[in-house]
Amino acid sequence: MPGISRKALLTVASVALLATACTGQADTGATDDPDAETTITFWHGWSAPSEVEAIKANIGRFEKKHPNIKVKVVGNINDDKLNQALRAGGSNGPDVVSSFTTSNVGKFCSSGAFADLGPFIEKSKLDLDKIIPKPMLEYTQFEGTRCAMPLLGDAYGLYYNKDAFAAAGIDAPPRTWSEFAKVAEKLTEPKGDSYERLGFMPNYHGYETVVDHYMSQWDHAYFGRDGKSTVASDPAFAEMFRYQKKLVDDLGGFAKLEKYRNTFGDEWGAKHPFHTGQVAMQLDGEWRLGMAQDAGVKFEIGTAPMPVADDEADEYGKGFLSGTIMGIAPQSKKQNAAWELVKYMTTDTEAVVAFSNAIHNVPSTFEALKSPDLKADPGFRTFLDIAQHPESNTPPASVNGSTYQQTLQDFGYQYESGKAKDLKEGLARTAAQIDRDIEQAK
Amino acid sequence: MATHTPRAGAGSAGLAAKHRRQALRTLAFMSPWLIGFGVFFAYPLVSTVYFSFMKYDGFGVPEFRGLGNWSYVFNDYPMFWPALRNTLWLVLVMVSCRVVFGLGVGLLITRIRTGTGVFRTLFYLPYLAPPVAATLAFVFLLNPGTGPVNSVLDGLGLPTPGWFTDATWSKPALTMLALWGVGDLMVIFMAALLDVPREQYEAAELDGASAWQRFRFVTLPNISPIVMFAVVTGVIQTMQYYTQPLVAGKVASGVIGGSGQQFEPGYPDKSTLTLPQLVYNLGFQRFDYGSACVVALVLFALSMVFTAFLMRRRGGLIQAGD
Repeated sequence: MPGISRKALLTVASVALLATACTGQADTGATDDPDAETTITFWHGWSAPSEVEAIKANIGRFEKKHPNIKVKVVGNINDDKLNQALRAGGSNGPDVVSSFTTSNVGKFCSSGAFADLGPFIEKSKLDLDKIIPKPMLEYTQFEGTRCAMPLLGDAYGLYYNKDAFAAAGIDAPPRTWSEFAKVAEKLTEPKGDSYERLGFMPNYHGYETVVDHYMSQWDHAYFGRDGKSTVASDPAFAEMFRYQKKLVDDLGGFAKLEKYRNTFGDEWGAKHPFHTGQVAMQLDGEWRLGMAQDAGVKFEIGTAPMPVADDEADEYGKGFLSGTIMGIAPQSKKQNAAWELVKYMTTDTEAVVAFSNAIHNVPSTFEALKSPDLKADPGFRTFLDIAQHPESNTPPASVNGSTYQQTLQDFGYQYESGKAKDLKEGLARTAAQIDRDIEQAK
Repeated sequence: MATHTPRAGAGSAGLAAKHRRQALRTLAFMSPWLIGFGVFFAYPLVSTVYFSFMKYDGFGVPEFRGLGNWSYVFNDYPMFWPALRNTLWLVLVMVSCRVVFGLGVGLLITRIRTGTGVFRTLFYLPYLAPPVAATLAFVFLLNPGTGPVNSVLDGLGLPTPGWFTDATWSKPALTMLALWGVGDLMVIFMAALLDVPREQYEAAELDGASAWQRFRFVTLPNISPIVMFAVVTGVIQTMQYYTQPLVAGKVASGVIGGSGQQFEPGYPDKSTLTLPQLVYNLGFQRFDYGSACVVALVLFALSMVFTAFLMRRRGGLIQAGD
């Protein structure tokens, strides 16, 4: 019997070991010669064959320009793998890193997980304000520390089924949320206790219809000047939650919509509900256009900015922004060479345009956005415009990454399902939780 | 006497040297275990306790925080209590169901006279399925919108649960998945049941014992060490339960995310959160090693409490004299 007891202890000890594995220190000093023959390692998250091919082509162009630097590329890296590698350091770790999770920049910069790029930018005499649009510059730094550069961007807008619009006698996409609610109801065709077609899936689990994407269409601020959460005091949040809840109720109620949602195909597959015609409108990023075309949809696709709050109609055209970020591993012994790759991929017009054309993302420099080489059909142009709209926005970086957004999202799930009924009290509780989580992370 | 003293001194010195050599030999033989114990148990445990009082993100220098992490986890971390409740639910319900079901299947299999090999294989095979694949299959089968299980239930006019999309049904659905893969317990129970002396059953039958009495007073006492083994290992496995609830929650929520995206566990409504998921979430996603260590220590304490409870001499699963 003691054998079993020891086994129990060892089992838990291994969990403890997992929680305590840690080595590595931040080191931003770069002493390597960027002109010397060297090989650097680049970790990225792309995995689709076309995306991997696009990266390869971009790296090929870089190596042609910098024949002394060879790049070893490792794909399909998520943030969890990246975090562990950055902690562990070591000669097999990455020199150049990238992440799709824009909201983690605060965590990356404040913890030193990504090296400070300030000295490199200064040395290269780059005036980023003249190269990169402001929202993208903002989401790649935290409290004055620039630890990342934007590597293309994502802009979110509205996709709609033009055939369904025509059949319903709707001649233009909605511009305000009240117009949107009417259009969504008009496009909805019930079938028994389900739907033949749903105008719009408003539930927060409806793929991209998450709280922060909705919120981008209301003037709002997540934090006050004192750094405290304002989700309870800024009326925009309550307005958005009430609007979404009413939309859920008006389109059939939470339970019915959830049941219908469970018939949807994968977000990243050909059976996405917008592709199959199960929903007539979809809030999504610019990549959906290429994916829908590749899936061979049988209707004409329309794109437009997402609607805005009724009293903010003059801001129509804005949208939610995010994007891939690129940085340098602090333990890298080849940071100068690594910077050459970061600089090339994020600021070289040819590189940015070619990569954007290949993976259908929004270019992240002014020059690339207006480049004649940029392949932008009218559908994609919508997203280029959203990306450049002065009111387009993204949630601010926080010391604990996207935790505050997740906390707000969790309340959203409770509220839309009817489990939380008191909006005011719920938002106050959420704000207190956000403040406590941030205090813990500092 | 004067001549004896040096001899006695030489003798005791020789004895001491012999004892030293013996001690060193013993230590050398024990060293693999001692090294393993130190590296895989003592050091992680001490480090875990140490870091539970520190603020540490894995990059900078640890800073002393006192009881701050403990206070945060117990009072302010909204996922802790739901995860603890879920883990306890799974330990009590899932482990009990698995042991009872495994024993039932073992009893059934030992009584089958024809096609024994086929049935043994059929019942054992699901245990070999990789956890992720098995969970994906169950999420598909139990999909409330398109799954065949609800189609059949609907056809029979029975209620159709939301399974992995309904907080009330998600843990029972995970229990069903665990019961499907009960092959490991079936095999050890089968071996134990076949080992029960036949003459004891014959004697009981001659005494007029019913089937239940034969099970209660012959089978159960004979296999009780195996039942205890099944319960203790089941409790330990459930304390480490991570993959199945995470995959089920992730797939059922629909929010799979692109490569590079993180996922907050617990869908639906934190009902599939378990303590090991919190260790990972806090330590590796939020960079809060200190709080992750607190949760790891809670897991440790729980494991100790459960094991001590099950192994106690009076009323536990160990029979007096074992």
